[in-house]
Amino acid sequence: MAVTTMVGAKIHRREDPKLITGHGSYVDDMQLIGMVHMAVVRSAQAHAKIVSVDLTAASKAPGVVAVYTARDFKKVISGGLPVTESLIADKKQTPNQFPIAESEAVYFGEPIAVVLAESRYQAADCAELVQVEYESLPVLVDFEKALEKGSPTAHTGAPDNVAWDVNFNGGDLEAAFKESEVTVKERIIQQRVFPISMEPRAVLANYVPFGNQLTVWTSSQVPHFIRLFLCIGLGMPESQIRVVAPDVGGGFGSKLRPYPEEYLAAAASKLSGRPVKWIEGRTENLQATSHGRGHIFDIEVGAKRDGTLLALKITMLSDLGAYIGVFGALQSSLAMLLSPGCYKWKAVHGRAIGVLTNKMSTDPYRGAGRPEAAHLVERAVDLVAQELKLDPADVRAKNFAEDFPFTSILGMVYDSGEYQKSLDKAKEIVGYKALRQKQADLRKQGKYLGIGLSTYVEICGVGPSAATAHVSGSLALVESSVVRVHPTGSVTVAVGTHSHGQGHATTFAQIAADALGLPYANIEIREGDTGDTPFGYGSYGSRSLPVGGVSINRSCQKVVDKAKKIAAHMLEAADEDVVFDQGQFYVKGSPDKRKAMGEVAFAAYGPGLPEGMEQGLEAVTYFDPPNFTWPFGAHICVVEVDPETGEVDIQKYVAVDDCGNIINPMIVDGQIHGGVAQGIGQALFEEAVHDPETGALRTGTLLDYSIPGIGEIPNLQLDRTITPSPTNELGVKGVGEAGTIAASAAVINAIVDALSPFGIKHVDMPASPDRLWKQIKQAREHSNGGKEARK
Amino acid sequence: MIPAAFEYARASSVEEAAKLLNKYGEDAKVLAGGHSLIPLMRLRLAQPKALVDINGIKGLDHIKAEGSKLHIGALTRHVTIQNSAVVKDKLPILAEVAGEIGDNQVRNMGTIGGVVAHADAAGDYPTIALMLDADIVTNQRTIAAKDFFKDLFTTPLAADEIVIEVVFPVANGPHKYIKFRRRLFDWAIVGAAAQKMNGGWRIGLTNVGPTPVRATAVEEALHKGAKPEEAAQHASDGLNPSGDLRASPEYKKHLARVLTKRAIEQAK
Repeated sequence: MAVTTMVGAKIHRREDPKLITGHGSYVDDMQLIGMVHMAVVRSAQAHAKIVSVDLTAASKAPGVVAVYTARDFKKVISGGLPVTESLIADKKQTPNQFPIAESEAVYFGEPIAVVLAESRYQAADCAELVQVEYESLPVLVDFEKALEKGSPTAHTGAPDNVAWDVNFNGGDLEAAFKESEVTVKERIIQQRVFPISMEPRAVLANYVPFGNQLTVWTSSQVPHFIRLFLCIGLGMPESQIRVVAPDVGGGFGSKLRPYPEEYLAAAASKLSGRPVKWIEGRTENLQATSHGRGHIFDIEVGAKRDGTLLALKITMLSDLGAYIGVFGALQSSLAMLLSPGCYKWKAVHGRAIGVLTNKMSTDPYRGAGRPEAAHLVERAVDLVAQELKLDPADVRAKNFAEDFPFTSILGMVYDSGEYQKSLDKAKEIVGYKALRQKQADLRKQGKYLGIGLSTYVEICGVGPSAATAHVSGSLALVESSVVRVHPTGSVTVAVGTHSHGQGHATTFAQIAADALGLPYANIEIREGDTGDTPFGYGSYGSRSLPVGGVSINRSCQKVVDKAKKIAAHMLEAADEDVVFDQGQFYVKGSPDKRKAMGEVAFAAYGPGLPEGMEQGLEAVTYFDPPNFTWPFGAHICVVEVDPETGEVDIQKYVAVDDCGNIINPMIVDGQIHGGVAQGIGQALFEEAVHDPETGALRTGTLLDYSIPGIGEIPNLQLDRTITPSPTNELGVKGVGEAGTIAASAAVINAIVDALSPFGIKHVDMPASPDRLWKQIKQAREHSNGGKEARK
Repeated sequence: MIPAAFEYARASSVEEAAKLLNKYGEDAKVLAGGHSLIPLMRLRLAQPKALVDINGIKGLDHIKAEGSKLHIGALTRHVTIQNSAVVKDKLPILAEVAGEIGDNQVRNMGTIGGVVAHADAAGDYPTIALMLDADIVTNQRTIAAKDFFKDLFTTPLAADEIVIEVVFPVANGPHKYIKFRRRLFDWAIVGAAAQKMNGGWRIGLTNVGPTPVRATAVEEALHKGAKPEEAAQHASDGLNPSGDLRASPEYKKHLARVLTKRAIEQAK
């Protein structure tokens, strides 16, 4: 009997032919009869009293249908955007964000008015005619200064700019530092970046008064959450709202929350009686879609001379923006909780301060706190290694956690891992020993090669109900699935995740095909439409596979269990004597007497079922995982730095990642490529720059904001280790964010390694040529540690 | 973003184009490749009342060598210049420069006439035109490159005047163009061009001021026998570049010196 498995197969994604030939169905492809186009008038100041909004000229613009301000929207919307706990319950203040500003604008780009017109062009022209009168207020851009006594506040009337000030402590820090023989201190900047999904945001809302029904198409990672929050904000039952996330062109975390424009478009449809479409432009996207990262870390590390890590003290300031992001605290809490990294520490103490500023909110961006944690701890290890003149690979080897499950000093239980194994593999692939020799040789020629390591562990597969209730603030972030086998044996799988590039239509069908023993081609995955899926929790935090995929597997198991009973009945055998293998049911010892799953499916809808059994062949599962999952790996980046220009050339990049068992290796590789590209982007190229006086975005377009293109990303050498997760029966972990989590530290560690002959101990991101050149120049002028470099 | 409303007219001859430009006056812009103009319009930084599309005009995309001169039609696309056997033979530095502009999409659409008329300080062709004493031929006159690039985005072109061709001297000696940028498709942060011709050197700099710069001090030093590194120190003489998100004035001056040195050393 031939054995075939879909799981593990490197098959092309079935959704790609449609997507790459321009036949995708994105929100902007949707057309409804009577549809109008919405344009948002946005604040041209980062902090100002809105003195007046003059709609006279706009109301007379060609093609105008309606012009609305906060006063109109207050008739239809109540309350504000949600802010979840995100593991920081103790918040000192949570400014309320009504979807549109009324008397005060607190960030550049905040909505102030909405216009509806017959065409998108007319809407854009009409929006320009709205006259807003501002009275400027002090603008808070520098989030360190925002903590100074007497500082102006981001919101008028607020006591200060502190949203939270909390500690994450494990172990006796004082004792650990006492025991330390060497300490190093450093400041590490995590600059603000833009997530930049290829498709900006988009909403099409259609309110139909007959039956009080609202349908919203939105480019979102979380359609059910959008339905839930619109239900609350608009005062409509969930049963009357249908949210559809169709093809979504990327999200990276920037689409995992409700946004003002979703409320505004829905409300505008109700107010105007027309379907309302809003398509975000790229300039708007940079202003009005959530930003990523945005922290300052001050760290102090204590270690023994032999490289044993003992103490880590962290003070973290987070630049939240004017309004805390819906999941805004997650970056801070996860950065803290994962800061021990792969290592055994005696003590880690972290203080996290969330600061309000006059900027757009920060919210999760690929990695959401874990890139920050990995960057921090991997820099800490290299700082110690540099101080002690030890090989950074050896310092890591000395301190890796080894016995699993491993409880970190901050109480996180890592389910599995083999950190040394992946580091050894990465070192072998990159040719570590030979490279160190090459580095030494090149230094004599005045050339600067650097090797940067990044060994990471991360937490994903969000997550167990008990823990995730403290993320969402009440919803258990489990995952739902329905597996329904139709009478003629094809299958519809509905799942509560939503692919925005991950390839679920393919990988989930691979899982179901194996579990059910039915042909892959006959299995359809349904996602993204609240109308035909159970309550779902969306896609983010690398959760779709370890939570959604496992949920599907369990629903399939329930289907097989029922099918087995039916098959046994058809085969006139006892349930326990029937075996299921490769889609066939047969009696143990009599393999010639068999029923295919397809036959059983048809029989499930007929008469003559076992006593007490209902017709149908389907199952529902809400899978509550017992733990998060813990991918890990080792990345090694090799760079050459040109000290004359500050240019960094990535010569080699090796990534050895462990995401447990693999469903589709091609998709895993794709995820690592994309993740590493974004990590390199942050390390070398990207920064969201605000004018220090006005708070306006100086990087307002993709011309000014250096998102890397294909010419900037080197060829990656990928490999893997496979340590099945003990958390679920598929042995899978997530992998969507792992590449980003590891990459920035690998690149920066490589640059610091290259420039250490100049006495340089730390380099901040983005390590752009102008900055590196300046830093090298200063090091040459000031340091006597740079003696070696002055040739 | 959505551009402001504009009228659109297609010209099928230079005369027709001039007539249309006359009709709209200062409110019109010529549309050729569009890859500088259209982004400006989408951001509403440019809001021309009318676009005069000259892409359909025949006879403006020639590449002709005539004696010691190389004539390039204004509508010649970068990709054509990059791949032209004639250019590679007669003025290879121009082919090299064309291949460094933007990306494939930009090179397929962008034109030499457009780049020259736009007079962006970060444009690459203007540097070559200036340092080689090229002539810019319009439908009204011929203007020497040194009289053409007056200021940032500022040329002596009248409202109804169109660039017809750019005439370069033939020069196929050692040459090099180094375009230093963050991303492959970016404009130059600083660019340095070196061309050996008629026994001496021509050195040009991109994006070190509001207009392209011919580094005559470097040329003179080389003429006097200075080594590349020494001569290149003069690249920043008299420069007062502006700072921006990518580079401080100090860094630009430094790059001018370093890239000039490298261009001379690597010229072949």
